[in-house]
Amino acid sequence: MSTSLKQIRLAAGFPGVNNTTVWSDPAAGSQIAFDSFRHVAQTAERGKLDFFFLAEGLRLREHAGKIHDLDIVGRPDTFTVLAALAAVTEHIGLAGTINSTFNEPYEVARQFASLDWLSGGRAAWNVVTSWDAFTGENFRRGGFLPQDQRYERARTFLRTASELWDSWHGDEIVADKETGQFLSTPAPGGFTHEDAHFDINGRFNVPRSPQGRPVILQAGESDEGRDFAATAADVIFSRYSQYDQARAFYADVKNRLPKFGRTRDQLLILPAAGFVLGDTDAEAEEAAREIRLAQVSPATAIRFLEQLWNTDLSGHDPDGPLPAFDPVVSEIGGLVAKGNAGARQLAKSPVALANQWRAKAEAENLTTRELIIEVTGRQSFIGSPATVAAEINRFVQDDASDGFIIGSHLVPGGLDPFVDKVVPLLQERGVFRTEYEGTTLRENLGLAPLGAVTATPVAW
Amino acid sequence: MSRSTNSLHLAIALDSAGWHPAAWREPDARPGELFTPKYWVDLIQRAERGLVDFVTIEDGLRLQSDHPLQPDDRADRVRGRLDATLIAARVAPVTSRIGLLPTAIVNHTEPFHLAKAIATIDYASAGRAGIRVQLDGTAEGAAHFGRREIQPLRREDYANLDAPGLRQRLRDSFDEAADYVEVLRRLWDSWEDDAEIRDLATGRFIDRDKLHYIDFEGRWFSVKGPSITPRPPQGQPVVAALGHAEVPYQLIARSTDVGFVTPHSAADATAIIAQIRAQQQAVGRAADTVHVFADLVVFLDREHATAVARKQRLDARAGAEYTSDAEIFVGTPAELADLLLDWHRAGLSGYRLRPAVLPHDLSQITDYLVPELQRRGAFRAAYEANTLRGLLGLSRPANRYAAGAA
Ligand SMILES: Cc1cc2nc3c(=O)[nH]c(=O)nc-3n(C[C@H](O)[C@H](O)[C@H](O)COP(=O)(O)O)c2cc1C
Repeated sequence: MSTSLKQIRLAAGFPGVNNTTVWSDPAAGSQIAFDSFRHVAQTAERGKLDFFFLAEGLRLREHAGKIHDLDIVGRPDTFTVLAALAAVTEHIGLAGTINSTFNEPYEVARQFASLDWLSGGRAAWNVVTSWDAFTGENFRRGGFLPQDQRYERARTFLRTASELWDSWHGDEIVADKETGQFLSTPAPGGFTHEDAHFDINGRFNVPRSPQGRPVILQAGESDEGRDFAATAADVIFSRYSQYDQARAFYADVKNRLPKFGRTRDQLLILPAAGFVLGDTDAEAEEAAREIRLAQVSPATAIRFLEQLWNTDLSGHDPDGPLPAFDPVVSEIGGLVAKGNAGARQLAKSPVALANQWRAKAEAENLTTRELIIEVTGRQSFIGSPATVAAEINRFVQDDASDGFIIGSHLVPGGLDPFVDKVVPLLQERGVFRTEYEGTTLRENLGLAPLGAVTATPVAW
Repeated sequence: MSRSTNSLHLAIALDSAGWHPAAWREPDARPGELFTPKYWVDLIQRAERGLVDFVTIEDGLRLQSDHPLQPDDRADRVRGRLDATLIAARVAPVTSRIGLLPTAIVNHTEPFHLAKAIATIDYASAGRAGIRVQLDGTAEGAAHFGRREIQPLRREDYANLDAPGLRQRLRDSFDEAADYVEVLRRLWDSWEDDAEIRDLATGRFIDRDKLHYIDFEGRWFSVKGPSITPRPPQGQPVVAALGHAEVPYQLIARSTDVGFVTPHSAADATAIIAQIRAQQQAVGRAADTVHVFADLVVFLDREHATAVARKQRLDARAGAEYTSDAEIFVGTPAELADLLLDWHRAGLSGYRLRPAVLPHDLSQITDYLVPELQRRGAFRAAYEANTLRGLLGLSRPANRYAAGAA
């Protein structure tokens, strides 16, 4: 076995609030019952995957002023469902998406430290920055944060949380019944932090957890988002799962690391990736086509179209060509789609994108629905288990990624065939673990141990 | 045996190594494991074997302190704790009948986050979640968040909470807590039970007419809704609060299903209950069940003298006689059963017992007190319901937003 082969990192994303999760399949189960989460997490652990991943959105998505009703709606609370999963798994990492705008560092730091304790060192935090006033309506401060400050707040939030985690060094608790000494120091957890976003001081009340701090994930795509990841994250969750885009993104982000005094192995890049398996590649292609049709119903195709065109297209024929007129350009707050990161992405340059879509539809002779399927629903890996395993390995060895956050289209059983059929092939190739190497997620991801806590904080 | 005697309810209040500051030094204490999941699973599974209705888990957004308002810098006490809500979530899948009530500090946290957290524990436990709401009025707690000015209570204020000057400030704090609970309750109802339709013909996953904006607007915050989490299995998880004075009693009457109070005699209990019932009447909740539980700190041993000696030993180790807001009981499980049944006649639904030492006093409850109460026909012989509301005799409430709801 060649030692020069990169080891693949794999995570399981819980299929949730998204049109890629197919709820109309007879095998589709509950999106909220705990058994569904248990099944996916335990399946992932059976496959020796690195971590279980949960997304989050803090306001139900809306479309044209009404709650979007075509996709899955509803999800659990991130921290509590991960803490409950810690009870029914032993090794797998538990990664939760938690927003840095509508939370406060003292509370989030103690929630992650607690989750890390309660899972024996398996906690990870996907730091996201949704800031919009629409989401803010569910929280005390409303939409208080200007868009251009979202990463500044995220950076300083994470720095503040890190100061809280580091406020206990790990040697405070002696609990000596004989001498009556519980703490080695009378005043653990002291902290003071003052900047434009947070002015807090006092004592943190959770002792240093097994990992010291959770593994940090980041999932933003802008230049600022990439820099944030390059300074502070252990893992990037990206959308780039097409080979060329993925390689470009990988090179871009890894090349940012030296600027921040970090090495290439300190940041893993894991794109989101779907898969469809068949006994043969042709069978898989056919199955993939069926799944895409279920993911993009005629009604869903129109809603997608309305997201980009940003206007009512309820009369548009999904089996006809794209609209000939241009999208309505508007501020984030004026979009037809609300609480939808994908729609915000589309709104960055809607007219150019519409032209791109029209060109593609024309060149490939696609109807509206077919086009939407092509631009939204395409699974990354389609084929026989051998084809999919080879393709995943190619991406990783070619530096298009360090692995993937695997999503399936079905709850709860969608991940099972991947674990049963693809994982063993990757193991045979010697590019994926057959046993967990360590006890903490950090160890299993092959990330260097955190240095000892010192009095001076790390430079950010 | 009268019906009311039969329906005695018991809860256990869990706090780190137990409520006595020297508890962690006892022979069976596990002070090195307070931050491990196994410690909490063991305790709560033990309580479940004792058929108690629920456990509460203490919490706070400050380091523990013997001083009510600031750190005490003591190295000889248990310091540091895990988030109680996450402990409850961690224990939910490995228990099956016992209710789980973590404590949440409501003046520094977001009702939107807490509503979905408790709903999620309700899913993970198949209907056994609740929440005990608490306020942190200290400057220290406020400084951890930096988001609001708090006019902190002084030490002497605690002895005198009914003084007119303090009333308004307290009233404001508790009004905010009541708003917070109102938001929790509206969010739990913001999805009707049958909102998920998976209608293939129209391609709709939900019937959005069965999801509701709660549009809460109050003095301290506004929340739009709906929740991102569907209505939990119990519909409304159980809400509880502890109170020692008139203003907190009002919160109990207005907002909770269970109030924890601290009478020092049966007569005391009668008076407190009368106040709470009058408040219920005043806010139009006379017909709703609000259980009143008396809190008791318990030091239990099979021999009375052993319990007395143990408490003395613990006090000596702690360097001071143990004091509490609640009545302190020292004696045998049979003696405690006498007291529980005696006070029960004052109209208490049950008791929240605070074990002085864990696991010792918890084991005394499950192994001796519970069988003693069962012998007297005063406590269940088996769990009679699958949900916490069921154990407390609370029906699953109609959704306030559903068409035809009262
Ligand atoms: C792959 C991926 C997954 C994301 N998942 C979430 C999520 O679950 N919840 C959320 O609020 N935002 C999510 N986001 C949004 C980002 O965190 C970020 O706020 C957003 O992309 C805006 O930042 P940007 O302009 O740097 O992209 C995700 C983004 C990406 C690329």
